[in-house]
Amino acid sequence: MSEPVLKVENLVKYFPVRSGLLHKIVAHVKAVDKVSFDVQKGEIFGLIGESGSGKSTVAKTIVQIYNPTSGMIYFKGQNLSKLTKQTIGRFRREVQMVFQDPKSSLNPRRSVMSILEDPLIIHGIGKSRVERKRIIHTLLGQVEMPSRYMYKYPSALSGGERQRIAIARALAVNPSFLVLDEPTSALDVSVQAKLINLFLRLKKELALSYLFITHNLSLVRTIAARAGVMYLGKIYELGTMEMLFSHPVHPYTKTLIAATPVVSKEEERVKPREMSKEGEIPSPVNPPSGCAFHPRCSIAESRCSQELPSPVKVGPGHLVWCHRAEELAVRAEELVVLE
Amino acid sequence: MSTRASHHQVTTGLNETRWMIIKDRLGRGWYKFRRNPISLVGGVMVLLCVFLAIFAPYVTPYPKHAGAFTDFQNAFQAPSKSHWLGTDALGCDVFTRIIFGSRISLMLTAVVLGISVPVGVFLGLISGYMGGKTETVIMRVTDVFLSLPALVMALAICAAFTPSIDKAMLAVASIWWTWHCRLVNGITRSIKTEEFVQASKVLGASPLRIIFKDILPNCASPVIVKITLDAGFVILVGAGLSFLGLGAQPPAEDLGTMISFGAKYLPERWWMTVFPSLAIFFIILGFNLLGDGLRDVLAVEEGV
Amino acid sequence: MEEKAILDIRDLHVWFRVYEGVSRVLDGVSLYVRGGEHVGLVGETGCGKTVAMKTAMGILRSPPALFPQGQVLLAGRDVLKAAPIELLRMKGKTISMIFQDPLSALNPVFTVGQQIFDVIRFGHRWIRDDGALTKTKVRGIAMEALTSVQLPDPRRILSLYPLELSGGMRQRVLIAMALVNRPRFLIADEPGSALDVTIQAQILSLLKSLVKEAGIAVLLITHDLGVVRETVERVYIMYAGRVVEEGQTVEIFDDPKHPYTQGLLSSVPRLTGEALAEGIPGTLSDYTEAPSGCRFHPRCPQAMEKCAQQKPPMVKVSTKQHVACYLYHGGGG
Repeated sequence: MSEPVLKVENLVKYFPVRSGLLHKIVAHVKAVDKVSFDVQKGEIFGLIGESGSGKSTVAKTIVQIYNPTSGMIYFKGQNLSKLTKQTIGRFRREVQMVFQDPKSSLNPRRSVMSILEDPLIIHGIGKSRVERKRIIHTLLGQVEMPSRYMYKYPSALSGGERQRIAIARALAVNPSFLVLDEPTSALDVSVQAKLINLFLRLKKELALSYLFITHNLSLVRTIAARAGVMYLGKIYELGTMEMLFSHPVHPYTKTLIAATPVVSKEEERVKPREMSKEGEIPSPVNPPSGCAFHPRCSIAESRCSQELPSPVKVGPGHLVWCHRAEELAVRAEELVVLE
Repeated sequence: MSTRASHHQVTTGLNETRWMIIKDRLGRGWYKFRRNPISLVGGVMVLLCVFLAIFAPYVTPYPKHAGAFTDFQNAFQAPSKSHWLGTDALGCDVFTRIIFGSRISLMLTAVVLGISVPVGVFLGLISGYMGGKTETVIMRVTDVFLSLPALVMALAICAAFTPSIDKAMLAVASIWWTWHCRLVNGITRSIKTEEFVQASKVLGASPLRIIFKDILPNCASPVIVKITLDAGFVILVGAGLSFLGLGAQPPAEDLGTMISFGAKYLPERWWMTVFPSLAIFFIILGFNLLGDGLRDVLAVEEGV
Repeated sequence: MEEKAILDIRDLHVWFRVYEGVSRVLDGVSLYVRGGEHVGLVGETGCGKTVAMKTAMGILRSPPALFPQGQVLLAGRDVLKAAPIELLRMKGKTISMIFQDPLSALNPVFTVGQQIFDVIRFGHRWIRDDGALTKTKVRGIAMEALTSVQLPDPRRILSLYPLELSGGMRQRVLIAMALVNRPRFLIADEPGSALDVTIQAQILSLLKSLVKEAGIAVLLITHDLGVVRETVERVYIMYAGRVVEEGQTVEIFDDPKHPYTQGLLSSVPRLTGEALAEGIPGTLSDYTEAPSGCRFHPRCPQAMEKCAQQKPPMVKVSTKQHVACYLYHGGGG
């Protein structure tokens, strides 16, 4: 396999919880706890998870909004913790991010023109205002928006249009990698379909790679090549789409797939039998010991609450962090054979 | 990329749409403003005051009566056809002096807010964005100033030097920035966690760019609203200082001085106090009503 | 129409006066919900489903809203013509509601107990007129309600504030509050859509079993087609202030007739991983200058000349499926 574009190794991000008069640190939110994955060139890698899984924290740590507590992130072989003031500019031109809610990721007090001009000015792209205007015109064309939108303000745009502006802003510096943090979850499905197709088209035209973060399993299934399933700060299963959806092994992955509302009979046949009991998602401040899913898992054993499961390879590139992975994997195979 | 010719075409068409969009935004603002009749009244009141103040020499019946002027024969006249609001102890026309007096009040407001708002906004932005020690120092100083009533502080400063209108302005300005600092500090603290600020960071924007391009425009509307509401209070404080003899000095035609001067002749010669008081009331009410209306107009529209 | 309809909206028009002029948000919406029936109202943002729901509840403020035409019959009586006090009584007796965001639907400064007790007392005063209830009795009813939504330790939960509960628990509390006065009809506005999928699945299955048990009619308002398919028997598809298709859930999902429904369904990403369709071309036009004829025609791949001229009436395409589209006006009926 060739050198991955992005490589995340044992990434840890804790947020301190402060309390009392002196703002003493009383606990840590273990938002991300030893997460490792890589993204190949030209690939769409998905990170799946519910709220509190830490998937957005992973995204924001990669784009250097947060500093990791420990662990390494390599982009094109370069260690991001060693970025200097000189090299960070180059990194910013390579890696950009599209946020979940375009309502909050676009400044309501600035026009589209001003929003899109910012990255150009910061990185010295386009020497004169006329030239920058021409670049903005091209950018708007890339996201299939008419140029007259330049003078509008975000409040005059629909959700889908706003997200297109946010995409244009990310593309302005001509990046090679985009971190997409639930870019369509605030939008209607018909708008989502158009944006997803735009992402796919841009990926091809501009040779981009994506880290696609979402809670929507059907969406990840549709567009990603590989994905990791996160729960309370850890990845519990990682593999290709085919592996994850046709032979899911971890009880949490199965629970997620089973809970996804679907619109056709064909999809219903894909759904596994549910593997969880009733229960809430625990707080990441105080996650359950051992495998964090054990309180909700219907096949948990005593060791699940005591030991952290180590990764088990159940297929090519298919890793599962579960004490009972081997026996579950065998059963999954059997089921496939029976069908 | 587009060719030069098509680009030219695009931009000419664009300028039209640009004007249409600006016109539309103005239209929407006016529509929201108009739907709130009280703010309209406030706006008219403020505009009237400003108009009268600017053109005072042309709109008053006795422009000579402003400043040092005496006509003892006509002193203490009750309101009549020739002197609408009566005359004072020196025989000056009260109406004329009120109009000229509002000049001083408005000037006081403009100077005080012109100094204190930029200072307060700047310190608020810096402290809110930087956080940590910078914020602690700036905000504790602000707290100290805030704990002193503006009037008392101004009294202390004016009493320490020879009382004059300039000192009064400086005194009020030296306290007023704290309110804007507090306001902007709070807004900045909440805005800096917004995703559009994070997006700017990801783009590599410098702190100064973020402060002035992303945060400042979002402070503008609360600050403008606060300025209109402040205007009334500053006039009141200024009038208060003059009333106590520490602001504008006679024979300057200040509203506060007029009230304090006329108070000696209450209740028989009531017009000397009542009308200047009503004038202050009128200006302050106008600014407050306008402020309420602007709040609605300047709110970000959550469209679609 | 059905005489036993608990909610019967007939040819409802709702307009709003805005800066640009008059916004014709609802343009002849007709829908009904029979007693004990579970119906879905589906549409994307801005299709008017929330306005329809607010009108049915009688909570749409009118100056901005105008009702030029149409009727909203709740248990046989017209909501638009009822006096406020009568409306309150009528609503108290028949209707209840679950909101999308459980946090903003609960008052943060009162405990769960105080809020449920209020609902119970209100219900007894206005619905049954059996005078004051004793404190213990109110408490008993509240505990029972919390137990029925499978909340552990209801005694403790009564003394907690909404912020001390997780999202899923809050939604359960809201369901308990909505059902505690035994309404005959429940309007659920995107229930659980603020929650995670695994929790949403739990909430929906709980809600489904509770309403089935009590025989309560449900109008589920949502944009989530998957949730609709797994929850209701009959469904209305709305587009731009009109109902474009109506029928049994199974039929509509297996064989959508209206081009809008077809476009909408093909836009949903599938768990089976097929490539996503291009979505629906164009955008929803502004309600102040809504397209003539069929409001979908500018975006419709199969639009005909007729579509721009006249509003297509509903036609029957099978025993239980109706569609407002000229494609089916020929031999379909």
